[in-house]
Amino acid sequence: MSNRAKIGILVGIAALLVIVFMTIDAGGQWDYILPRRGKKLFAILLTGTAIAFSTVVFQTITNNRILTPSIIGLDSLYMLIQTVIVFLIGGTSLTMMSKNLRFVMAVGLMVLFAILLYRMLFRREGRNIYHLLLIGLIFGTFFSSLSSFLQKLIDPNEFLVIQDKMFASFNNVNSDILLLATVGVLLSTLYFAKYAKYLDVLALGRDHAVNLGVSYEFVVKRMLIVVAVLISISTALVGPITFLGLLVANVAYQFLNTYRHKTLILGASLISFIALTGGQLIVERVFTFSTSLSVIINFIGGVYFIYLLLKENKSW
Amino acid sequence: MVKVRGVSKQYGGKKVIDNVSLDIAKGKITSFIGPNGAGKSTLMSMISRLITKDSGEILIEDQEIGKWKNSELAKKISILKQSNHINIKLTVKDLVSFGRFPYSQGRLTKEDHKHIDEAIAYMDLASMQHKYLDELSGGQKQRAFIAMVIAQNTEYVLLDEPLNNLDMKHSVQIMKVLRRLTDELGKTVVLVIHDINFASCYSDYIVALKNGVVMKEGTVEEIMESGVLREVYDMDIPIEEIGGNRIAVYFN
Repeated sequence: MSNRAKIGILVGIAALLVIVFMTIDAGGQWDYILPRRGKKLFAILLTGTAIAFSTVVFQTITNNRILTPSIIGLDSLYMLIQTVIVFLIGGTSLTMMSKNLRFVMAVGLMVLFAILLYRMLFRREGRNIYHLLLIGLIFGTFFSSLSSFLQKLIDPNEFLVIQDKMFASFNNVNSDILLLATVGVLLSTLYFAKYAKYLDVLALGRDHAVNLGVSYEFVVKRMLIVVAVLISISTALVGPITFLGLLVANVAYQFLNTYRHKTLILGASLISFIALTGGQLIVERVFTFSTSLSVIINFIGGVYFIYLLLKENKSW
Repeated sequence: MVKVRGVSKQYGGKKVIDNVSLDIAKGKITSFIGPNGAGKSTLMSMISRLITKDSGEILIEDQEIGKWKNSELAKKISILKQSNHINIKLTVKDLVSFGRFPYSQGRLTKEDHKHIDEAIAYMDLASMQHKYLDELSGGQKQRAFIAMVIAQNTEYVLLDEPLNNLDMKHSVQIMKVLRRLTDELGKTVVLVIHDINFASCYSDYIVALKNGVVMKEGTVEEIMESGVLREVYDMDIPIEEIGGNRIAVYFN
């Protein structure tokens, strides 16, 4: 089967899911239900694409297919930011605070952190990219320890506010934030577009990329910043969900069997959209909101991750 | 022409290349020889901008290497390192097509396809061009990588231990191809090579490095001397002339 046909199938499944999602149990109240569900679907599309896209790019840059951008600690930083806000000004003030402001603040801090981390890496020549991952990993652990320490100090009622943030959810996405997030994703995609042609070459590794005339450090740095922006936006929008990226990127590699990133990114984004929409349907209709989407995603993703590790053991 | 002028490089306070100057002649095969840790690969990596130098000048066509645009330099000089592990699933043809990236930025033209097919034919890979790299033997894989460099069609071709892990037959095959590249297509080939007899039989010039400095450079006749080799390798190496080639008998 050609890749074109496979992409066609994915589009078909996605379209089917959209129709089911929009019409199931509608009960005739169209003008109430359609905009609400449409908004949810749009948030899923935005997050799904951002995560699939940034994971594929990140895995290409690191030449490693079992990493996700969450390794540089952005998820933990997000949780720390939320915890610190609650710790300092209290849970009620958090819910009172302008959502736009909270969103911009979270995204801003995460991007700032990523840029500082990269500066540390690229200040000296010869630093390996794994150095960045290692430092990121340590920071990530530090952030989550700090958050859980703070979480133990605060009032249990306020802890509930934080717990709410720990799991990704599409159930109460705010339209104002959605607009901001869309603008952010579009801008970073545009910025990325002129470096997109280098992705296929970067997959060969640094030496080959330099040999073929890619300004490696320059390009990689910019791509990593785009990855950080996208991850920050999607995390701030719905919560920590980067594990999804690992799942969809690898399904895309196996399903599409190509090295061309144009196809891979498109495929991964579609798979991501399908997984999220399907998962959301299950959460709403089967579990009737008694569990959260990230629990399902993490469960399926975890099983798949173990499968990957066992398979990696044999051969790629 | 490639001119190296007073180039140094140190790692953690230890000088691996110390004030090296040399010229690489156009249209010839130049081999870097020397014991392990002499700085051969480091020097080659600096000439191909894979790593930066600490001081000195490297001039390619009379322009300092740092002043070249990366994409332009990729049409002038190519390098193949010794270990080429690739994570993605590629066919031989896909790999060779990457060699055209400096010209087409990923959108292959008719001209690119012509170069790709020629490179595949040159390395005798036509029958396996649709095979995946991980299905190939070490020698076939090495040939595929060299085909990629040929498709890149640069004036200077730098190869870091191209014979690494190859058997005699494939080693000879690759050295013959390199000879043809210089004689027929006028390329300038620079090699890092461990087997000095391959260097002796196929090179025009040899550069002997030791402890980060050039011990001696010159034609094959000048370097393939017991006295010179003793200085470089710290061992007595008798030289025999067999079939017009100087062969070092270094086994006992």
